[in-house]
Amino acid sequence: MLLYATRRFGLALLILIVAVTVMFLMIRAVPGDPVQIMLGPRATPELQARLTAELALDQPIWKQLLIFYGNLMQGDLGIDVFSGRSVTEIVFQQLPHTLWLILGSIAWSATLGIALGAYAAAHPNTLIDRVTAAISVSFVAAPAFVVALLSLLIFAVNLQWFPAIGAGEGFWGRLNHLVLPAFAIGLSWVGYIARLVRASMLEVMGESHIRTARAFGLHERRVVMVYALRIAILPVVTVIGVGMGFLLSSAVFAEIVFARPGLGKLVIDSITTRNYPIVMGSVLISTGLFVVSTALADLINAWLDPRARTAN
Amino acid sequence: MTDRLLEIDRLSVDYETARGDLKALRDISFDVRKGEIVGIVGESGCGKSTLISSILRLTAPNTRFRQGKVRFKGQDLLQLPERKMRDLRGADISIVFQDPMQTHNPVLSIGQQMLDIQHRSKASKADKRARAAQMLGAVGIPDPEARLDQFPHEFSGGMRQRIAIAMALMSEPDLLIADEPTTALDATLEVQIIERLQELQQEFDCAILFISHHLGVIAELCDRVVVMYAGAVVESGEVREIFHDPKHPYTRRLIDCDPGHIKERARVLPTIPGEVPDLANLPGGCIFRDRCDQATARCMSQVPPLAKLKEGHHAACWLNHKEAAE
Repeated sequence: MLLYATRRFGLALLILIVAVTVMFLMIRAVPGDPVQIMLGPRATPELQARLTAELALDQPIWKQLLIFYGNLMQGDLGIDVFSGRSVTEIVFQQLPHTLWLILGSIAWSATLGIALGAYAAAHPNTLIDRVTAAISVSFVAAPAFVVALLSLLIFAVNLQWFPAIGAGEGFWGRLNHLVLPAFAIGLSWVGYIARLVRASMLEVMGESHIRTARAFGLHERRVVMVYALRIAILPVVTVIGVGMGFLLSSAVFAEIVFARPGLGKLVIDSITTRNYPIVMGSVLISTGLFVVSTALADLINAWLDPRARTAN
Repeated sequence: MTDRLLEIDRLSVDYETARGDLKALRDISFDVRKGEIVGIVGESGCGKSTLISSILRLTAPNTRFRQGKVRFKGQDLLQLPERKMRDLRGADISIVFQDPMQTHNPVLSIGQQMLDIQHRSKASKADKRARAAQMLGAVGIPDPEARLDQFPHEFSGGMRQRIAIAMALMSEPDLLIADEPTTALDATLEVQIIERLQELQQEFDCAILFISHHLGVIAELCDRVVVMYAGAVVESGEVREIFHDPKHPYTRRLIDCDPGHIKERARVLPTIPGEVPDLANLPGGCIFRDRCDQATARCMSQVPPLAKLKEGHHAACWLNHKEAAE
């Protein structure tokens, strides 16, 4: 298990380096001189030259990359040109808001999705199964930004159950502000996970070892909850791990619609102002988040499934 | 009555399908006495699997019990409430399934699974573990204590089948159902498993219902044989009787086709021509008539009853009836 974990995280690091390098090159390929856009048309040539030197934009691209990685090793993502604050500080200030949003969405959608899916699989082709299927499909089909706008309109504006904008203060305030955005970006995941669990569960329930467990008189609840669900859950863990990436992108919608602080909003704002250091910093952190979550998903699977541990 | 452990009494089972009812078992009758080994032989699709899942009542949802009884120690299992039935499974009646590679849960350790199936026992966890290790030792798994913590994929096929046997015998059942336990294994392992089963049967004194299509194994192991064809019993009796004096053409052909019986070098291995009839749409008369080279007009129209020929030998063929010979 330890060997597996080490190897898995080594791989994660490699992926991260490749992803960040590609991202670094891509942002350089965007047309337009960043210095001009950042400083505006009335900036003096001296000021432009100073910023160019500060951002090392006058260096060849491979050198820029080396400088970037050199700074990264020291935890330095550069300085925001507008505020003069450290990018690391700005990004890490926004990160918790997005993290809570994503974890909140995953938590409620996975809980509900797994419960619905397992229930539907235990009663295949009944009315309840069909209703769950219909609900799941309509959930999957609903785009996050539409759900976000509608739920904002209904629950925040008309019914006034939940606050419409901001992130809130204190634990309960934050939680209260989290409900609508987490609902909006988690909804399609409920349907998706429910479908996945149902299919996976039905497949596992048909395997011969389930018949063996029953033939030994094990209680049906134990057969379903331990003998079947533990296997049926494996693809769901993988999907959730990869889903963190999708959730990061739907978090952008939610953060804009609900005017929440967070990584998504930060990235959008800094892309429009060509604020390279902040874009790079946020993308690095999001990529890191994604790579770590997929690696974690693999580790959880390896812990649940002994076959994954020994396989290469 | 007293020595009859399992009595299958005129059992008929259908599967409801879109094509109509599939008559998987028709009018099956035989019994298993205490401590006896009864073999069931037949081609694939003859209803062997339906039969054992009917005994354990672990049938697919589209199964319909049309008639008959499955009596175990005198009580009809088909009438038993599910809770009572569950109490019997793995306690009084145990089963070893066909494919050892699929029979254990892949994500739980062997020890965990062997502990779980002792769910009725009040013993401490340590005692249950010791019992599990002792059973693994009994089926010849070396270093059983340590191997309890391993997972199914860390064992070979033969070992997994021995573990399955250990699990089935752990509760000291009165009846062990062995569903082609050696089919998925190679020949040398087959002999090992059969010998082990024989020893354990002596030790635990349980009856075994042994399902196989391997006649050699049946002849070696069993006291009595039931020959099934297309969902019906065509012949049953003592092993010696069946093998030395088969009274049903199907049994004869089956013995002729067994590789152990082929003495001369043959270019083409003997087969039984024709196909098993469509169970959803059975023709009238004898079910074997289309593949039988001795079929008469009577076989076309009338179903031959499973008739007693002498003590302990039954066959369902018109050729055994005097008037048919004329």
